[in-house]
Amino acid sequence: MSELLDPAVAERVLARALAHGGRFAEVFAERRHGLSMSIDESRIEAVQSGAEEGAGVRVVEGGTTYFAHVDGLDPADLERAADEAAAALRGERREPRPLRAEAPAPLPIERRPEDVAADRKAALLRELDERARGQGEEIAQFTSSYAEARRQIAVANSEGLLSGDDRTRTRIGAQAVARRGSAVETGAETLGAHRGFELLEDDPGLIAEQAARKALTLLDAGPAPSGSMPVVVGGGFGGVLFHEMTGHGLEADHIQKGASVYVGKLGEQVAQPLLNAYDDGRLPHEWGSDAIDDEGVPTQKTQVIEEGRLTAYLYDRLTAERDGVASTGNGRRESFRHLPIPRMTNTYIAPGDATPEAMIAELENGFYAVSFAGGQVDPATGDFVFGVSEGYLIEGGKVTRPCRGATLIGNCLEALMAIDAVGDDFFMKTGICGKGGQKAPVGTGQGHVRVRAMTVGGTEL
Amino acid sequence: MTELSTTAARAVEAALAAGAGEAEAYASRDGGREVRVHGGEVESLTAATQSGVGVRAWIGGRVGYAFGTDFSEAGVAAIAARAAEAAAVADEDEFAAAPQPAAVEALAGLSDPSVAAWSTAQAAELALAVERTALAADPRVVGVEQVVYADSAERVAISSSTGLAGEYESSDCFAYLQALAEGDGGKETGLGFGLARGPEGLDPEAIGAEGAARATAMIGAAKPSSRSCPVVLDPTVAASFAGLIGGALGANAVQRGRSPFAGRLGEELASAALVLHDDGRDPDGPASAPFDGEGLPRRRTALIEGGRLRAYLYDTYTGNREGTTSTGSAARHGYRSQPSVSASNLVVAPGSLSFAELLGAAADGVFVTDVAGLHSGVNPVTGVFSVGASGRTIRAGELAEPLREFTIAGDLVAMLAAVEAAGTDARWVPFGGSVSTPPLLIGAMAISGS
Repeated sequence: MSELLDPAVAERVLARALAHGGRFAEVFAERRHGLSMSIDESRIEAVQSGAEEGAGVRVVEGGTTYFAHVDGLDPADLERAADEAAAALRGERREPRPLRAEAPAPLPIERRPEDVAADRKAALLRELDERARGQGEEIAQFTSSYAEARRQIAVANSEGLLSGDDRTRTRIGAQAVARRGSAVETGAETLGAHRGFELLEDDPGLIAEQAARKALTLLDAGPAPSGSMPVVVGGGFGGVLFHEMTGHGLEADHIQKGASVYVGKLGEQVAQPLLNAYDDGRLPHEWGSDAIDDEGVPTQKTQVIEEGRLTAYLYDRLTAERDGVASTGNGRRESFRHLPIPRMTNTYIAPGDATPEAMIAELENGFYAVSFAGGQVDPATGDFVFGVSEGYLIEGGKVTRPCRGATLIGNCLEALMAIDAVGDDFFMKTGICGKGGQKAPVGTGQGHVRVRAMTVGGTEL
Repeated sequence: MTELSTTAARAVEAALAAGAGEAEAYASRDGGREVRVHGGEVESLTAATQSGVGVRAWIGGRVGYAFGTDFSEAGVAAIAARAAEAAAVADEDEFAAAPQPAAVEALAGLSDPSVAAWSTAQAAELALAVERTALAADPRVVGVEQVVYADSAERVAISSSTGLAGEYESSDCFAYLQALAEGDGGKETGLGFGLARGPEGLDPEAIGAEGAARATAMIGAAKPSSRSCPVVLDPTVAASFAGLIGGALGANAVQRGRSPFAGRLGEELASAALVLHDDGRDPDGPASAPFDGEGLPRRRTALIEGGRLRAYLYDTYTGNREGTTSTGSAARHGYRSQPSVSASNLVVAPGSLSFAELLGAAADGVFVTDVAGLHSGVNPVTGVFSVGASGRTIRAGELAEPLREFTIAGDLVAMLAAVEAAGTDARWVPFGGSVSTPPLLIGAMAISGS
C-alpha cells in the first residue's frame, strides 16, 4: 500500500485537490497485472499479458463530483490529476485531515499465479481440452480460457483514511459445441475465485466435462415452451435471478433517483417469510469478496431480506451521506479510471429447508431452469429477462425433456413474492456484472428456488 | 514522427531485441471528458487522459500480446519483452503471420474541432438542456435518471517490423438519457440518445424529447398474447440484430464452425429487402478510420445483397487460413485488446417505405421498441434467440396500446429471409457495435406473452 501511495505524497495530493474548496477529496491509486490465454482447436492462443498503473482523484462539493484520472503513479502524475479534478472549483482552500493508515489484511493467496510458469497454465488448458473432447465424438468444438488478475489498490481521503488492498482473482471458463447432423448446441461452465492458483489444484478439468455434457444433453432438446408456468431455478448461478430481480434495485443510487421498484419499501414484506437474502463482501475466497471496497470501507455482510421483509439498501459513501447512514462497503469501481458507485459483492438467497426433488415432484407441469447465460433488469420498472442456458420441461412431477432457447421474463416485485420454496443445496458461482459502463466481479448463490409463476418465452407457441 | 509513432517504433525494435521474429505495436493516446447530470445539477465531471501501447510479437507461427501504460524507455522494453514471452507460450499456427503493408488512403473529417473548442461548462449546459427538454415534454415525465454527455479525442499510431506505419486522429461524442415517466400506477423508462463527432453535431432537444416520448409511450403497457405475427423493429432494435449478424459473419467464427453462416457463402438466404454492408470508411460512421487494428485499409464490403450472402469479414490471420486477403476488419478496443475480426460500421440500406407505410404493411402485429437480454438470450453459434422485448401493438396499420414483458424468439438466418421491407429513415445506433439502420418489417416472429 505505502509502496503504491506514499502517505506524504497522498497528503500533498489531497491538499492540492482541495485547493479551490470541496467537502471531500480522495485519491485512488492502482496497479494491475494480468495474464490470460485460451485454447481453441486444441491450440494455445491469445496469450496476453497486461500491466497498467494510474490514479483517479475526486473532489466532492455540493452535489457535484469532480473527477480526473491519469496513467502513472509518479507524484507528478497524481498532482496533475488533483489539479485537473480541482480545475472547475472556485471556492476557498480546505485542509484535509492528517492520514491514519488502517488497512485490514487482504484476502490470503496461497499460491501467487504470477509465480506459476505460463507453461503450467497452458498445460491446464490442454487438460481441459482433452477432458471435454473425451466426453464424446459429438463434441465438435471446445474452447477454454484462463485468466489471472492482480489489483493492488491504495486509497486516501480528506477525512484521514488511508487504506489499501491486494486482490488476486483467478478464473477459467470452458465452452463446448456439440454437433449431431444439423443440430448444434453449446454448453458453458466457469470456475473462479478471489484466490490464487490453488483454486485450480483440485480437478479443474471437471468444468470442461460439465460444459461438454451440457452441450451433449441439449442435442436432444426440443423447443422451449411459451407461457406462464411454475419455474424451478437451479442452485449457484441461478442466484443471478435474485441479483437482477432484487439486488440492482437495492443499490442506493437507483433508490435515490426514484429509479427502483424498491423505493419506499424498506421494512415491507416483499417476499414470502421463507426468504432470507444477503450481500456479503467478506465471504472467504468468493469471487465478489474484497477486504475493503474501493473507497476504503471494510466490506461487510448486509442482510437485505429478513423473513421476506426488505431490510437494507446497498450504499457507497456518497449515497450513504445523502441518506445519513453509514456506507455498507459497496462502493466499487472497475479501475482507477472509474468513479465508485454502489455495487453488489456476493449476493445470495440463504439456504432454505426444501429439497430440489420435492420442489419438482410437487409440480404437474413446469419448467426447470438449471442454469443461465445471464440476465438483465431495468431497476426502474422492475422488468427483467434471463437467458436459460440449460432448461428442461417438468411433466407429472418429473424432469422430462431438455429445451433449447428459453428465456424467462417478468417483473421483480411479482416474481420475488412468487418464490414459494428455497432449497437446502446452497452454493455460489461467479459472474461479471455490468452497470453504468463498469464491470465488476460478483458472486451469486442460492440453493434451488421455485417461483410459482413466471413467463417462459420459447419458440413453441 | 510524432511521439506516439516513435513510441510504437521503439516498441517494435524492443520486441525484436527480445527475441521476436516479427513485431507490431499499436499506441494510442486519448483525452476525454464526461458530464453526468441529474435534477438540474451536475452530478459528476470527469476529465480523463489515457495512453498505452500494445505489442504483438511473432516467433515463427506463435503469437503473443502484451500491453501497458508505461511509455518510458524501460517501460516500453518491458512490455515488448512480455509480448515475446507470451508468444513462446502459444502453440505454432501456420497461418499466424505479421500483416504485410498495404496502401492506406487518408480519411478526412474524423476529428471535429468542437470537441476541443467547447468548454466543460458548455458541455454541461448541453446535458442540462437534454434533461430540461425531457421534463418539459410531458407532465407524466417525473424525472430523469441521468443524462450522460461524453466526448473524446484520440490519436492512434501503428508500426511493424514488416514496414507498416500509420497514424490518425479522430473524435467522438455522445449524449443519452434515461427518462422516467409515471402513470397507471407504474413507472416507465425511455432512452434518448445522439451520436456525433463533436458536441456541435448533437441536438439536445431531440435527445431529450426522444427519451420522454419513449417513456410516456410505455405507460399502461400490458403483456401481449402469445402468437406469431408481423413485427416492425425500431432502428435501435434492428441495430442490435444487425450487430449479431455482423458478428456471425466474422471469418473467425465461420472458420471454426461457430457461426450459423458457416458454409453458406453465395447462398440465397435473405430477403432482397435486406441489404447489409460493412463500411469502415463511411464519413458518418462512428467506427470509421483510414486503417484497421492491424494497420490495413478500412473499406466497404457487401455482406448481404440481392438476397445472397456475399462475403465474410477477414483480418490477416483468417485471410491466411483461406488464402484470401484481409477486408480491413481487425478491430481493437484500445491498446488493451489484440486485434480480432469484427465489423466496423454495419450499414443496413434504407428501403422505400415510410414508417407509416411499414406499419400499414404490417397491418396487425407488434412494433418492437426495445429488446433486453441480448447477451444471454442469443446463441451465436446456432443463431437461435429468445430475448425480452417491449413495444406497441400495431392494429389496422396504426400504433396502438403499449406492450411489455414479452419475448421475441426465432433464429437469425430465418429472420433475414423474413425481412419484408426496410424503412426510408436510417439512423446511427450505438448498439450491436456501430450500426446505421432504418426500421425493418419482419413478416412473422414468435411473440410470447400471456
